[in-house]
Amino acid sequence: MVTEQPVDVLVIGAGPAGIAAACEAAASGCAVSVVDDNPDWGGQIWRAQRREGTEPQAALWLDRIGRTGVQLLRGTQVVGSKGPGELTAEREGEICSLRYGKLILATGARELFLPFPGWTLPGVMGAGGLQAMVKGGLPIVGRRVVVAGSGPLLLAVAAYLRKRGAEITLLAEQAPTGRIMRFALSLPMSKARQAVALKRSLLGIRQKNGCWPVTAEGSDQIESLTLTNGRRRWSEPCDYLACGFGLVPNWELAALLGCDVRGGRVRVDDVQATTVADVYCAGEPTGIGGVDLALLEGQIAGLAAAGRIDKARRLFPQREKARKFVAALDRAFSLRDELRELAACETIVCRCEDVTHGALRPFTSWRDAKLQTRCGMGPCQGRICGPVANMLYGWSCESVRPPVLPVALSSLAETYKSRDKL
Amino acid sequence: MPPSITLAINGRPISVPPDCTIASALMRSGVPTFRHSVTGQPRGPLCGMGICFECRVTINGVAQQRSCQTLCGEGMEVETDGH
Repeated sequence: MVTEQPVDVLVIGAGPAGIAAACEAAASGCAVSVVDDNPDWGGQIWRAQRREGTEPQAALWLDRIGRTGVQLLRGTQVVGSKGPGELTAEREGEICSLRYGKLILATGARELFLPFPGWTLPGVMGAGGLQAMVKGGLPIVGRRVVVAGSGPLLLAVAAYLRKRGAEITLLAEQAPTGRIMRFALSLPMSKARQAVALKRSLLGIRQKNGCWPVTAEGSDQIESLTLTNGRRRWSEPCDYLACGFGLVPNWELAALLGCDVRGGRVRVDDVQATTVADVYCAGEPTGIGGVDLALLEGQIAGLAAAGRIDKARRLFPQREKARKFVAALDRAFSLRDELRELAACETIVCRCEDVTHGALRPFTSWRDAKLQTRCGMGPCQGRICGPVANMLYGWSCESVRPPVLPVALSSLAETYKSRDKL
Repeated sequence: MPPSITLAINGRPISVPPDCTIASALMRSGVPTFRHSVTGQPRGPLCGMGICFECRVTINGVAQQRSCQTLCGEGMEVETDGH
């Protein structure tokens, strides 16, 4: 097994929270390493920013982390824990050992997908999912895209795709206009300016509020999407559907390490410390809060891990302000009840094991459903269907086993050729 | 001319720009179906970030690789389900 140099602070996740945490810990004199399964800094929201350079906030932080000289262990996936102070990770077909004094989990979030007939067709992707694909080289010029679901992410995705040449057929938000307007009118000046800029970047794009997807149609891939506003239905032909209903935390690694997770959020104290000694958590896993809150929580966690509690405390008022904004956002974009009724009996809920809504509905717990149907036992280990089951059936889907993500047997075999114990 | 990478998708060569993922290369080459589900349904990428596992293909003979998390490399051989 490859053993990396032990560090004072190990950060898991190279998105905004991880970058902010690493910067503060490094500036406080700690030896820091950052781990991410992607090939570069940025996580999801700042994906490809080093190349594209369109977000000033990202440029600032990417520049800052670059100047610290903090090493990024790219393409590295955490497997599990070997005990306090030591994680194992898979990297280039080998298992490596990562030893640390303090650990900061900045594992980010994933999209919430809600099933409806046809949602498994190729060409149906998350909103962030399609954006990630375009950033990864998918040509979108002239392709017809419907952007649907809920939340400010849809606006950012539509603006981005349109800038890259996509034909945005429709931007469909499920929240009603009234709620969105009240939220917009309540914005402080700084946020209001951002909102106006975003609105301007969407000029010319057909937008409707208070409507949502009903069925996706097509044979081998999506060809059209049928939507409803609760009163009438209509269809939009499209090449891609970028569809997301908000974000859910990536809490699994924290749970694997024994951290207390409640309602899908990692519990932390006021300096971002989890219930496990020397383990901190910052950003989306503590509760979806967007970039601004992730940066603040990351900074607080980095400072706390470096022992600079007083400096960390000075950021509390800003964090509180960011939290209030997030609460207002959540109220504005809360998901309507109709979205729970979209799945038909034959609609797939667990994509990995092809388990339908009809097959799952009769069960009363995640555990029973898993044992009887294999729902949640496929490669994604419930990351996609767990949040769905929580929304549709009210189940708590919070069990996790190592490895936190699949690891190749060949990596394990290669590493343990010598007689190291696992 | 920016440098480009040539790889083979189901035996057919394709050139892509640098920093292109295998998943994007597959879609560039007109392949909407990456694999089939356990009951035979056509599937393609969903999450774009390596957690849904719907984008799995065979790369250089190794199966079950998440194509959205893998950058294209010169001379790579990519095969989708059924090829």
